[in-house]
Amino acid sequence: MEQIMLKEENKVFKNLYNNLGWEIEKAIKRDDWKDTKEIISKGKDWIINEIKTSELRGRGGAGFSTGMKWSFAPKKIGSRPHYLVINADESEPGTCKDRDILRFEPQKLIEGCLLAAYATGAHICYIYIRGEYLFEGQRLQKAIDQAYKKNFIGKNACGSGWDFDIHIHYGAGAYICGEETALLESIEGNKGQPRLKPPFPALVGLYGCPTIVNNVETIAVVPTILRRGGKWFASLGRPKNTGTKIFCISGNVNSPCNVEEEMGIPLKELINTYAGGVIGGWDNLQAVIPGGSSMPLLPKKICETIKMDFDSLIENQSGLGTAGIIVINKDQDIVSCMARIARFYKHESCGQCTPCREGSGWMWRILNRATKGETTLSDIDLLEDVTKQIEGHTICAFGEGSAWPVQGLLRHFRKEIDKKCSNDPLIKKKKDVPYLVDQHLLEKKNA
Amino acid sequence: MSLKRVNPEQPKTFEFSEKFKNIAEEILKKYPKKNKKSAVMPFLYLAQKQNNNWIPLAAIKYISKYLTMPYISVYEIATFYSMFNLSPVGKYFVQVCTTTPCLIRGADKIIKVCKQKISEKENQVSKKGECSWTEVECLGACVNAPMMQINNDYYEDLDEKSTAKIIDSIFKNKILEPGSYRGRKNTSPENIKTINGTDHA
Repeated sequence: MEQIMLKEENKVFKNLYNNLGWEIEKAIKRDDWKDTKEIISKGKDWIINEIKTSELRGRGGAGFSTGMKWSFAPKKIGSRPHYLVINADESEPGTCKDRDILRFEPQKLIEGCLLAAYATGAHICYIYIRGEYLFEGQRLQKAIDQAYKKNFIGKNACGSGWDFDIHIHYGAGAYICGEETALLESIEGNKGQPRLKPPFPALVGLYGCPTIVNNVETIAVVPTILRRGGKWFASLGRPKNTGTKIFCISGNVNSPCNVEEEMGIPLKELINTYAGGVIGGWDNLQAVIPGGSSMPLLPKKICETIKMDFDSLIENQSGLGTAGIIVINKDQDIVSCMARIARFYKHESCGQCTPCREGSGWMWRILNRATKGETTLSDIDLLEDVTKQIEGHTICAFGEGSAWPVQGLLRHFRKEIDKKCSNDPLIKKKKDVPYLVDQHLLEKKNA
Repeated sequence: MSLKRVNPEQPKTFEFSEKFKNIAEEILKKYPKKNKKSAVMPFLYLAQKQNNNWIPLAAIKYISKYLTMPYISVYEIATFYSMFNLSPVGKYFVQVCTTTPCLIRGADKIIKVCKQKISEKENQVSKKGECSWTEVECLGACVNAPMMQINNDYYEDLDEKSTAKIIDSIFKNKILEPGSYRGRKNTSPENIKTINGTDHA
């Protein structure tokens, strides 16, 4: 089999494990801040066009075209200032890529911020870091201070004539603040509850001003793309799923790790080459969650051939999400694994929309009972129904995020759950009645 | 959201110390003048830092006056976000991640050690007030699972033995260094030094 490997020269994040040092002098040696002034002098349209050519898609989960997002910002700065907000509220279970960028490649992020801010007309950037990443935040602050000292940012940044300031804002342990509008609410000093869209943040965002919100990894690859050209980035990976991506491989593998690879690398190869294989061998694999906990899991059969990119995973009713790969082997009880994920969503629901607030609790309770074997078969039908009631009925994508993993479980592991249903059903005869009807009454003669 | 209990014993007054007042003024400069409400979360962090890692109600009142916000809005934020403690925690606050990636690598064993060594129940401060523990949701170090956070530091790649050692070191008031407890470098793959001729470790 031909090995598809990302060549060292095509790697964007050369210091992912901090072998080379994070300080600005060492970052400059790795070509950070090289020709930044020249890039800016080529103008906004050139930058946005180059990003469009590169077909870069957002790395935070949704996979929206970054170039397109930037072009939504008003061309002329009106009475309201523009803002750039970086989403470093990395809380998706299975994902820890942004942490390494904040710790070891901060200059890439800062330079990307400057370029993105220039392209979208922003003078101020807020980086929203999750509260638990205090060390990472302090490291980033040191890196920002170093960049100020060299006049790479601040007044007349890099000699380009553009004024640019970066501020760090810490979150405080709310997963929902990773949703872009909830994040803006949180910066404004409110509870992190998502806003209705439209209007989209590009027109009405932070403090009611045009705001572009991007993930850390998305922004951190921008300088490299602009230096080496959009065509170079587009030549990596597969069409419409271009470039490189940091994959986080966790769970039951021999050596869990973060690794940068080309988009579209086969999942099996990723696990076997980088993560030292599944514990107990490939045949011991039960399922893989491919993109952070909110993406539906894939059974072993699909894992054999699946390619890791946005479109291939959507074809298999899952998604790339944040590329946090959680490997689950046969030693684990798949139902209890998913019950724990359901508990996570129950805990993190912001409580704004009823279907999500109540439904996430329903899903957790039913799955928890299923783990103990205290469910009936009709409970599992009810569970499926609850997931459908949540999906698509909430303000933000949290509803889908909590319902999809359960749907994935039901799609691929229905037999395993059914086996656990030991309780007798309330009605023995199978009747085609919706669950909302009081079913025990139907058994009575005069019902 | 998580269940929060407000401590029954509350100090009557609260005010930022001189040092913290200066920091607070610095924080306010980050945000537009008419949006000083944005500083509410950093201010709550400051109050928590000044008051032994928990926020008394008097501090919430103080902050609401400082930022000319209604008391209830600040209270709302203090209860919404899980990192704001409204009742005392130990000097060393141990937070164990038990979400699925950590769970399947043995987070339940870490919890067991915490129960044995610190206290039977979550959020119970140990006898001499050194330490308390709690279960938390994903801390974002899944590749280094299982892991726990003690105050601000991440302790990664744990097992029962290393957890016991770390917690013992708390009681001796000489806490061990954070980082990986399997001796690996950050998030690099273990045991695999070179792949295709390039250095990966």
